[in-house]
Amino acid sequence: MTQAATAETITPTSGFAYSILGESGVDVNLCYQCGKCAAGCPVAYAMDYPPAQLIHAARLGLDELVLGSRTIWLCAACETCTTRCPQDVDIAKVMDAAKILAVDRGINPAVGEVRSFHKAALASIRRFGRMWEAGMVLSLKLRTGNYFKDMELGSRMLRKGKLKLLPTFAGSRRARRIFSRVKKVEREADRPE
Amino acid sequence: MKYAYYPGCSLHSTGSEFDLSLRSVSPLLGVELEEVDDWICCGSTSAHAVSELLALALPVANLCLVEAMEMGEVVVPCASCFRRMKAGHHESATRPEMREKINRVVDRPYQGTVKVCHPLEVFADEAMLAEIAVLATEDLSRLEVVCYYGCLLTRPPKVMQFDRYEYPMSMDAVLRAAGIRTLDWDFKTMCCGAAFTLTETDIVYKLCADLLDEAQAVGANAIAVACPMCHANLDTRQPEIEERLKKSYQLPVFYFTQLMGLAMGIPATELGIGRHLVEPGSLIGGQPKQPASAPAPAPA
Ligand code: SF4
Ligand code: SF4
Repeated sequence: MTQAATAETITPTSGFAYSILGESGVDVNLCYQCGKCAAGCPVAYAMDYPPAQLIHAARLGLDELVLGSRTIWLCAACETCTTRCPQDVDIAKVMDAAKILAVDRGINPAVGEVRSFHKAALASIRRFGRMWEAGMVLSLKLRTGNYFKDMELGSRMLRKGKLKLLPTFAGSRRARRIFSRVKKVEREADRPE
Repeated sequence: MKYAYYPGCSLHSTGSEFDLSLRSVSPLLGVELEEVDDWICCGSTSAHAVSELLALALPVANLCLVEAMEMGEVVVPCASCFRRMKAGHHESATRPEMREKINRVVDRPYQGTVKVCHPLEVFADEAMLAEIAVLATEDLSRLEVVCYYGCLLTRPPKVMQFDRYEYPMSMDAVLRAAGIRTLDWDFKTMCCGAAFTLTETDIVYKLCADLLDEAQAVGANAIAVACPMCHANLDTRQPEIEERLKKSYQLPVFYFTQLMGLAMGIPATELGIGRHLVEPGSLIGGQPKQPASAPAPAPA
């Protein structure tokens, strides 16, 4: 064994590794399971599979395990893993790609509230051009049915002038245009001629 | 020096003190900030979990507005916006097929001419540090500060190219120039749980408790931050964490620009310090510095 392994000598084998590669440009097959990503991950304690295991599962083509995991929704996107990976695997990007693939394939998110949060946040941006936190919190409550959580904190923040009661509409038209053009470009990509 | 200024959504709401204090200290240092007209949200914390193209197009649309202003540099204080702006710029510079897609989605093509800077980069410049030292006339020696940079400012280093990514020093340099003592600690770039505050609040409690414990262990009596999410998690959740863990931290959390402002003699109210949930109490309320010959206070 004199020849060093490089990106050229290792190729994705499982179909799922290809899907991840297509969605994120990240080649999970570069992972050699050193575990450094998991060791530094601040949320690993709460995950069902720590990042290194999740990457390994992606390599093996265990797509149901990956896409149905709590891990992908509990990743805080802090990028400690990505920064430290000796093989330059962008693990945080894999977490995002897996969330996107899970939604595409209609898989129920294992941590529903996080998905609801992203939906509520993006709806707010699409509608107003800028995130309107108070409105976003309200719509999150409607989506999750969790009405009383953080009520007291919310009112304290309002009193301190830290939450805006009303949205602005600056740039809302531009935001809407971008959202709909993104949809169009992504639809085209799904149906290549 | 004139810069375009992108405050982002949180500096207009939950992080308004960051906006106020940055706008107060900048002119004193000859930094002029011109807010980008009609800017839109950069999509941070959510767009990247839903669509990579959307997550890149939203920040790039704002960089296009900066180009339309014919400005070469934009100051982005929110660490999360800063991260997304850098990502938009980086990906459109390094991935031609992605640039093509982004440009199909935004109103005018991005030429790639904008330099995205964080206020820390502006202030941690040699000449600026000397200027800060001259302007800092208040005695804030009661403060023992840990600088908390959070996870987004420095990562991933390839894209962010900001300070040393495991042990950044720019905030320490700025505060030390302002005559404020900053302490060494290991948690500078640990994650606070970021945007999970509304959904997975238990994760935020755990990560913030770890941070608060460590800050307390090294003897800090205040925390300085550069990110509205770090601020929200450490300040607004601190009373709940104390109650749950039956601990007392009472660690006020300041934006580093607020501490700069205090050192420069700007009244606390103008810096939005009254908006915090953890009150700073007797820690602030500076007095003019003693003449240089006065003996330094003995360390506690
Ligand atoms: S740090 Fe990189 S190489 Fe190591 S286990 Fe994680 S993904 Fe694999
Ligand atoms: S980005 Fe996600 S997986 Fe990586 S260290 Fe942070 S929380 Fe863990």
